[in-house]
Amino acid sequence: MTELRKVPGNAALDQQGAAPALMLDVRHLPSFGFGHRSLMWWGTVCLMLIEGTVFAIAAMAYFYLRSLTAHWPLDAAPPALLWGSVNTAVLLLSMWPNQLAKRAADCEQRGRARLWLAVCLLFAVVFLVIRGFEFAALNVSWYANAYGSVVWLLLGLHTTHLITDAVDTAVLAVLLFTGPFEGKRFVDVSENALYWYFVVLSWLPIYAVIYLAPRL
Amino acid sequence: MSERHSTSARPIEHLVDGPAAGQQITEALARTWSDPPGWLGRLSAINHKTVARRFVITTFVFFLLAGLLALAMRLQLARPGNRLVGPELYNQLFTIHGTTMMFLFAVPVMQAVAGWLVPLMIGARSVAFPRMNAYAYWVFLFGGATLYVAFLLGAGPDAGWFSYVPLAGPDYSTGKGVDIWAQMITFTELSGLLEAVVLITTIFKMRAPGMSLNRMPLFVWATLITQFMVLFAMPAVMLSSTALILDRLVGTHFYNAARGGDVLLWQHLFWFFGHPEVYLIFIPPLGFLSSIIPTFARRPIFGYPAMVLALITTAFLAFGLWVHHMFATSIPALGKSFFTAASLMIAIPSGVQIFCWIATLWTGRINLKTPLWFALGFFFILVLGGMTGVMLGSVSLDLQVHDTYFVVAHLHYVLLGGAVFPLFGAFYYWFPKATGRMLNETLGRLQFWLFFIGFNVTFFPMHILGLHGMPRRVWTYPHAMGWDGLNMTATIGAITIAVSVLIFIVNVLRSYRHGAIAGADPWGAGTLEWSTASPPPPHNFDALPVVHGRDPLWEPGAQPTHVSGLAAESREVLSTTALDALPDLRLLFPSPSIWPFISAVATTVLFIGSIFSPWAVVWGSVPVIVAMIGWFWPNRGQNRRALQLEQRP
Amino acid sequence: MQASHIFTLWTLTLTVCSLVFAAVLIALLVAMARAPRVSRDANPDLGPLERPEKRVRRVVGAASIASVVLLFGLLVADIATDRALSRLPVADAVHLEMTGHQWWWEARYADDTRGGGFAVANELHIPVGRPVVISLKADDVIHTFWVPNLHGKKDMIPGRESTIEFRADRAGTYRGQCAEFCGLEHALMAFTVVAEPPAQYDAWLARQRAPAPQPANALQAQGERLFTTGNCAGCHTVRGTSAHGVLGPDLTHVMSRPMLGAGTFENTPANLASWIRAPGSMKPGTTMPASQLSAQDLDALVAWMRTLQ
Ligand code: HEA
Ligand code: HEA
Ligand code: HEC
Ligand code: CUA
Ligand SMILES: [Cu+2]
Repeated sequence: MTELRKVPGNAALDQQGAAPALMLDVRHLPSFGFGHRSLMWWGTVCLMLIEGTVFAIAAMAYFYLRSLTAHWPLDAAPPALLWGSVNTAVLLLSMWPNQLAKRAADCEQRGRARLWLAVCLLFAVVFLVIRGFEFAALNVSWYANAYGSVVWLLLGLHTTHLITDAVDTAVLAVLLFTGPFEGKRFVDVSENALYWYFVVLSWLPIYAVIYLAPRL
Repeated sequence: MSERHSTSARPIEHLVDGPAAGQQITEALARTWSDPPGWLGRLSAINHKTVARRFVITTFVFFLLAGLLALAMRLQLARPGNRLVGPELYNQLFTIHGTTMMFLFAVPVMQAVAGWLVPLMIGARSVAFPRMNAYAYWVFLFGGATLYVAFLLGAGPDAGWFSYVPLAGPDYSTGKGVDIWAQMITFTELSGLLEAVVLITTIFKMRAPGMSLNRMPLFVWATLITQFMVLFAMPAVMLSSTALILDRLVGTHFYNAARGGDVLLWQHLFWFFGHPEVYLIFIPPLGFLSSIIPTFARRPIFGYPAMVLALITTAFLAFGLWVHHMFATSIPALGKSFFTAASLMIAIPSGVQIFCWIATLWTGRINLKTPLWFALGFFFILVLGGMTGVMLGSVSLDLQVHDTYFVVAHLHYVLLGGAVFPLFGAFYYWFPKATGRMLNETLGRLQFWLFFIGFNVTFFPMHILGLHGMPRRVWTYPHAMGWDGLNMTATIGAITIAVSVLIFIVNVLRSYRHGAIAGADPWGAGTLEWSTASPPPPHNFDALPVVHGRDPLWEPGAQPTHVSGLAAESREVLSTTALDALPDLRLLFPSPSIWPFISAVATTVLFIGSIFSPWAVVWGSVPVIVAMIGWFWPNRGQNRRALQLEQRP
Repeated sequence: MQASHIFTLWTLTLTVCSLVFAAVLIALLVAMARAPRVSRDANPDLGPLERPEKRVRRVVGAASIASVVLLFGLLVADIATDRALSRLPVADAVHLEMTGHQWWWEARYADDTRGGGFAVANELHIPVGRPVVISLKADDVIHTFWVPNLHGKKDMIPGRESTIEFRADRAGTYRGQCAEFCGLEHALMAFTVVAEPPAQYDAWLARQRAPAPQPANALQAQGERLFTTGNCAGCHTVRGTSAHGVLGPDLTHVMSRPMLGAGTFENTPANLASWIRAPGSMKPGTTMPASQLSAQDLDALVAWMRTLQ
């Protein structure tokens, strides 16, 4: 327990007059911390593991269905590339304000965090609108055949994440503007940024499955 | 007498806890961590013990309900050509029996018990994310209730607990039964996944100082490993049941072979979850046994590192076995051999643990009480069930007995032997901690023997029935097959089990009021939960313990013994580092709130609504979002408190 | 022949498993018998924390290694059996096709040099000693083809092809049964396989190929008319008449079968009549509807159907 002993015990604390036991005083500990020190980080990582698994299984279902047939995408045309690619670019670009928001939060700069969160939100609106065009450009409906079903499922799952992350960001941004504010909100902003990374980076394989796989 | 201190680190004045803090502070702690009074207070409760107690009781009620359905099945099957219930009802009976036992009893009860026990075992005042914990419970309750309401309204699902398509698809299961089934899955998986997040975070971040990973009680290890399995297994069934409900409600074609879908896709997805699921049920009870056996053998467990490794190996292998449920489908032979090998391999870690327990008993000195009796019952029943598992793992033997009563026998041997017997043992073991009173020992032994004998009388004959060709899921059978006697025997056994369960209920109700007073540590055990009062106060520990070994109560003496300095008038908790459990942060936890309950109601409206109209997913999400924002939004009072306690890193 | 390989493997596995089971239990009983009894107040024995328990560790290690060896042995035996099972020579095999319906079986015998193909329901005939290759289909949901005394199971899956190969080495009647839960009447979905010497088998083939006989009297003629003009013909085929329905079993030689309703009840004229009147009461849930025939009409219908030998 050498590590623990280093923490100064405060024997004088005992006011009852009982024999003072050597104690581990934790009063000086900080009340929030970033990264894996925070509980939010663990919650977010678990969430990312769950959702990553969902995406992976959905993609596996896609290739499984594809392996059962000679011609893919069944009797539909592959989705048009334009909107999906534009959206990929927008999503990748949004990592920039996202990173700035994260850095501001990590340095506990409320003003900057506020600003960059607002920019992130702007991006969220843009890629949600583009997502609408993407659905229209899939060239197949979900009820046409199994290919249509699974593509809609993939795109729908990712869109759900876009929406939740957008709502999340909006709530945080408002909170940063209006308060009540406390230091651990910076941790929330930081974890929100982490989740944003996940939503963007998980899009890349999904993009490949939806847009590139039917062309291979 | 003043307990107030001001230190330079914290300019504000407030009560702080500590080992010899005195009554005023203990009372403040108890007040702080109690649930609010009144009806609204009950719906707002977030104390982990309150939530977990409700959770355990709810799952137990589901066990009783599913058991009653099983009795109805057994009465129907007692005689050939019986017309007590017809095929419509019978098919609902076994579907709901299996579904309830698996999704509403066996998996969640393990999480529920962990939600109660883990904080006490690791020396914490709460689980992480206490509001999410409450939300997970409400979602579970509403999901389970939906299934039974539907059953009573005559819309029970009837496609079996694994709902194979196309039988469960839109063309062959008209009516709402299967929709209800699929949404019930969504409810329980949502709840299960959230519980997993709660438990993983709790275990990694909230252990008492000094409880490094290699000093964690084996039950905590078992829980941790199980929750990781949950993260990777449950998404598969959530996805597959979503696809099923989409096929049924909005005309997708995931499982429709005529439009490029595939029937076996369902089976792969379901069993990719379903096989790990049985280990979600099996691994936590291994942790119960690793708590019970050392206590009653009066020595530390033999082979702690081997036990941990065995648990991890089991969890890994569990993801490579799913095809052994599909040997009769047209899957390439080479693949099947792989899954045979994996199925046999998983016997090794189970064996290692069994050998370690026997070694513990062998070298121990024994205090033979009811919890240990149930552990001994485990050895007989689970090993027998494991052996039939090994037989089923072989492709050519499985093709003979697949979908017969041999499988029904196997699954009950492993499920009851591997989960229900240890669970009852755990109940006898921790009941004194939870209520402050002992369960009656005589009634306990009576229950054990009735259960043990009744169990074998019920399920052993099913092996023979299976070998004689009786298929499972048949509502009746002709006299000419010669299955009468064994079926009657099984029915008599089932009634014996019911009697033993009744005795258990009587024992619990009686002891709850009149049982002998337990005291903090009635069994002379070694883990932290026994160091606090029985029942534990709302805040669990007056002062958080500091840990210096694997069995802290057995190896006392090292310093420091306790933590001091957490606020007594706010829900302040200590967070430690993930591996070594060094003190790290002092976190302020949220206070009770009605929002988790409201959010769960909104979620329920969304899920149930979507069965009747796909648009419910759109309009139903509005109240969910509103409720979630309400939940997240800080209130001024709490914010003020947080600012007072705040200290930047 | 398939069954005997399986039986050998079964005996081996059962023996190994029983011995391991017995060994574990004996170890447990000995442990419980030799360990002294104490009360809860007995101080826990913390010795093991200081001195490693070498002897116990060796024994546990040995038991684990023994388990590995035994399991490996079982794996080898499994794979060997699998191989042996799949080596059935099928050069001169009889090929046929079987389809599962909710809740009855349809078997199709292909055209061959001696005549055209035909369908029968709920009863297969196969020659003894010759391999049989059955391709399995499902019309609605998943069913499983299973004749316990001949071979293991094989699922019949909509949208997928599968085949099962086996050989009956002894003449006799074997009961088969649907093994996958397929809805309401999964319980009452049985069939029979009659394995018979080649000569008898050929005779059976010839009989089944023949169309239904002409009605021999007015009553039978009225029965046939009722059948072909009523709704029966919408679902059933009787070759030699104008009935070509495909939703239900082929009834051309229905009276040659000992059981009706997929093994649910014996094929007697009384049962046949009550089946036609109210199928749902003999087999709840069956997809065949009740008929509205008068008593006389029913007599005529049954009289004619009795000629469908
Ligand atoms: C808690 C639940 C649980 C557990 C622990 C297990 C454990 C095992 N199960 Fe079981 N199983 C189920 C629950 C469980 N099962 C359920 C619910 C079903 C049916 C689902 C349905 O269709 O409805 C099922 C079905 C099932 C099947 C499919 C049957 C079919 O449908 O045809 C198979 C096939 O391989 C199988 C195999 C195994 C194996 C190899 C193990 C192994 O893990 C067992 C390992 C343990 C031991 C072997 C004992 C101890 C070991 C030793 C003492 C070492 C030495 C041993 C030897 C040398 C042999 N199980
Ligand atoms: C943990 C899981 C679990 C448990 C504990 C049980 C427990 C029991 N099971 Fe279950 N069973 C399954 C999981 C489980 N089962 C599964 C997964 C299936 C497959 C389903 C499928 O095919 O889809 C199955 C299938 C199954 C079948 C096969 C059905 C078929 O294929 O047609 C049968 C038949 O006998 C059966 C019987 C029993 C019996 C008699 C018990 C007994 O042990 C029950 C004992 C409990 C009681 C008897 C309750 C006592 C209640 C009281 C005393 C009332 C008190 C009331 C108040 C105070 C209000 N079960
Ligand atoms: C809607 C379709 C339908 C109609 C109409 C119908 N049947 Fe059927 N019949 C079936 C089906 C399906 C079965 C198989 C039922 C089962 O075994 O579950 C069957 C089975 C039978 C059998 C038993 C065959 C066997 O080998 O088991 C007989 C005999 C029979 N029908 C006669 C008739 C007669 C006579 C009529 C007219 C009065 C008739 N059926 C009308 C669908 C129909
Ligand atoms: Cu067909 Cu069961
Ligand atoms: Cu399995």
